[in-house]
Amino acid sequence: MPSDKALLVALAGQQNAGKSTLFNVLTGARQHVANYPGVTVDKKYGQYYDGAGAVRTVDLPGTYSLTSFSLEERVARDFLLGERPDVTVNVVDASNLRRSLHLTLQLMELEQPPVLALNMMDVAAGRGIEIDQQTLGRELGLPVVPTVGRRGEGRGPLRGAIRSWSEQLAKTQQRSERAVDYGPLELRIEAVEGLLERAGELSGIPRRWLAIKLLEADEQAAKLLERQLGQVAAQPVLQEAWRLRQAFERSLGIDVNDHVVACRERKVAALIEQVQGGASGRTTLSDRIDRLVLNRWAAPGFLVLTVFLIYQVSIVWGYELTNYTWPILAGFRELVAGVLPSAGFLVDPYVRSMGLWLVDSANTLLNYVPIFLILFAAIAVIEDSGYMARIAFILDKVLHRFGLHGQSTLPLILGGVFAGGCAVPGVMATKGIPDTRARMATIFAVPFMNCLAKVPLYTLLLGIFFVESKSLMMFYISTMTIIFALLVSKLLTVTVLRGQETSPFVMELPHYHLPTLQGVLRRAFDRTWQYIKKVGTIVIAVAVVVFTLLQFPGLSDERQARFARQAQAAVERFDEALVGNPYREIATGENLVPLVNFATNYRRAKLNAGGGEASRAVNERFETLNPEFYKLVRPPRADRDAREANRALRRLAMERKSLRREMKDERIVNSFLGTIGRSMEPVTQFAGFDWKINVALLSSFAARESSVATLGVLFQQDEDQNQTLEERMGAETRAGGATALLAVSMILFFALYPPCLATTIMVKVQTGSYKWMAFSIVFPTLLGLAVSSAVYSIGNAIDASGIEMMSYVYFGALALLLAVGLLGRRHGLGGKRSLVSTQ
Amino acid sequence: MPRSPDKPCRTLNDVPSGRRARIRRHRAVGAVRQRLMDLGLMPDVEVLVVRSAPLNDPIQLQLNAANVSLRRQEAATIEIHDDAE
Repeated sequence: MPSDKALLVALAGQQNAGKSTLFNVLTGARQHVANYPGVTVDKKYGQYYDGAGAVRTVDLPGTYSLTSFSLEERVARDFLLGERPDVTVNVVDASNLRRSLHLTLQLMELEQPPVLALNMMDVAAGRGIEIDQQTLGRELGLPVVPTVGRRGEGRGPLRGAIRSWSEQLAKTQQRSERAVDYGPLELRIEAVEGLLERAGELSGIPRRWLAIKLLEADEQAAKLLERQLGQVAAQPVLQEAWRLRQAFERSLGIDVNDHVVACRERKVAALIEQVQGGASGRTTLSDRIDRLVLNRWAAPGFLVLTVFLIYQVSIVWGYELTNYTWPILAGFRELVAGVLPSAGFLVDPYVRSMGLWLVDSANTLLNYVPIFLILFAAIAVIEDSGYMARIAFILDKVLHRFGLHGQSTLPLILGGVFAGGCAVPGVMATKGIPDTRARMATIFAVPFMNCLAKVPLYTLLLGIFFVESKSLMMFYISTMTIIFALLVSKLLTVTVLRGQETSPFVMELPHYHLPTLQGVLRRAFDRTWQYIKKVGTIVIAVAVVVFTLLQFPGLSDERQARFARQAQAAVERFDEALVGNPYREIATGENLVPLVNFATNYRRAKLNAGGGEASRAVNERFETLNPEFYKLVRPPRADRDAREANRALRRLAMERKSLRREMKDERIVNSFLGTIGRSMEPVTQFAGFDWKINVALLSSFAARESSVATLGVLFQQDEDQNQTLEERMGAETRAGGATALLAVSMILFFALYPPCLATTIMVKVQTGSYKWMAFSIVFPTLLGLAVSSAVYSIGNAIDASGIEMMSYVYFGALALLLAVGLLGRRHGLGGKRSLVSTQ
Repeated sequence: MPRSPDKPCRTLNDVPSGRRARIRRHRAVGAVRQRLMDLGLMPDVEVLVVRSAPLNDPIQLQLNAANVSLRRQEAATIEIHDDAE
């Protein structure tokens, strides 16, 4: 009989104990991620059904213990105390039982006696560790289930144990027992327990646990008591607990907290003595790998090789893969274009232009999906194998110098250290950094990386202005970003982030594992999907806004009428040219606009089709589509009338194109975005930016991809033009007096420009504050504008060429970096917490 | 052998790679102390200093079956016994 109420199960355990893997095994595919209220810690939950009903499972953050020192531990503890799950599952690393059992004992003290999932049994066995599960279960009074989460072993028994343990716990009223004997502290624990009993009713808070926590001077526990009893009733208890704490320390010469840990350790040691056999001190494979991989001289080589491999596999090969996926997206665009109302002679229906605009925006984003899939898979391999922790170990010293953290490496790689990445997953990945100040610094440093969407603009500008020194410039650009990022994070660390909490770099180097295919794919798809979901919705929303800002207020009636008259004149000329032509019937009147569209579509299809085979296919397709039109678009050699009509048609199409271009130009100049761009000219002129560039930079805030797209629009991409943007922009800007110096100014601004909208949303999610989100926009804008203006103005004043100026900036920044890195003092832990007691 | 009073207490930071040491006590307080204890760095536990990172900092320790890394800054807050060398 299924019960109507779902069982609530919490998974607790340490990091690296395979908790998340076991969570996946337990719940299967149906999972959701939410946030714990008020904090940025992920709350993962899922649901499964066993024979007896639904089981709702929550994956608590990985913790070593349940103190109130870290956010994760507070979150886990609050959940256990507040929600009182029916069953807690304690995921235990069987290969490191000694450290894992501390948490088990604390769960028992919390009156949440857990089901012990003895995970990673294979690793333990591989290391020759034998565990007497029966004795362990009997000594602790807990059910024990051996599992190998990575291979999906033990799901059935674990589910069974959860169900039967829940039934057993429901029967026993009294859950508490002395998990640990605290020796000389016991008298004091009893005393505080007595006080608590007299002071009032505690709802759902285990009294013995609270007494121990109060003696440990746990601030959160004190607050909990005050909330439960009120300030007045709680005060005497707190004071007495404090007095007892001091007395204990005076009489035994040991801190209560140390004593508590030592007692637990004694208990754990005794247990281990009883249940664990086999060798454990022998050299493991991990040790042997580390001897090579972490070798002082070889380590940097392995690191560079790894990063290079990620770059090669995901960025280089991924880009090649997009050659195969792009036609799918292009086909989708054609499909949409076919469904939408067809183009008018001069003005397209809004539904059409907006629809295509949206598809184009989405396509630029979706084009990166293959790259991200590979990138995320590669990173999952590195994380799961255990090498990521080694990277942090190797790089911590350098990164720490600049206020970052060894674990900032992953976000920086994702953000695109030298190759191109995306700041959105980069900022997302900062979650794992335990040091708040370093985490914040990383969040603001990541957007300076070379996101993939910046690359097209660089390529464009380099193609126009730096044809000879392209590779040198590319080298400057790709290495300069990390220099800027380090300098900025150092600057922020000693200024605005000064007061943020810091914590030490104390990190486990997990044993190496062979990643499983399933685990890697799951992570890769999950992260890619998050990227599509989070970024996709925003990009679409912003595309609508930018579209509107570019379309409105539009042209005045008078101007519109003028364009209409010109169009009318062109059509009349076409009509006249066809007088006496047998094709006049099918080419004029109602057929005119469809014919012109047909001709334009045909030319575009021909341009897109590479090679003779595809080109012939296009011919066939258009011939079957409309054989009569086709004769005019591609006249048979012998048919003189058709050839004449074709000439007239081509002239008409040309006139239509230039009219449409003029209209678009006027519309953009008069548009809201154009107005904003022009109003910014007084400020941006020092950086050399005219209103067109301003508009492009503004729209690139929506998504970086748009900068090139908007420049494309501004420099008039026509429907069937075969001139590249580089050629058009080069011709036009050079005619306008633009120089390589302007290009350098633009590149620098773009390198320092604020993160795109999607990233700033992610900054909001990760920092939990709109203030920091605003900061992440304003600060880089000002910085970028300042640097660009300085470079452009100084460059103009001293008459330096673009490449010279770029070299000055690069080596200036590099020198500053070295100065800060070598001469600067290391950061003390001067934040809110002091590291060492002053006594 | 009694130590001279002015000689500062030896810490994990002073232990060369490849040597073992027995932890005496922590100078760190609060969260740092708790974190070190959680990772198994408890008084009277013997640890092996495996190696330091390529740039000399942080260092890698081995205790029980686990590998733990910490910065020299924190290692300098962990006092060790003089005997276990």
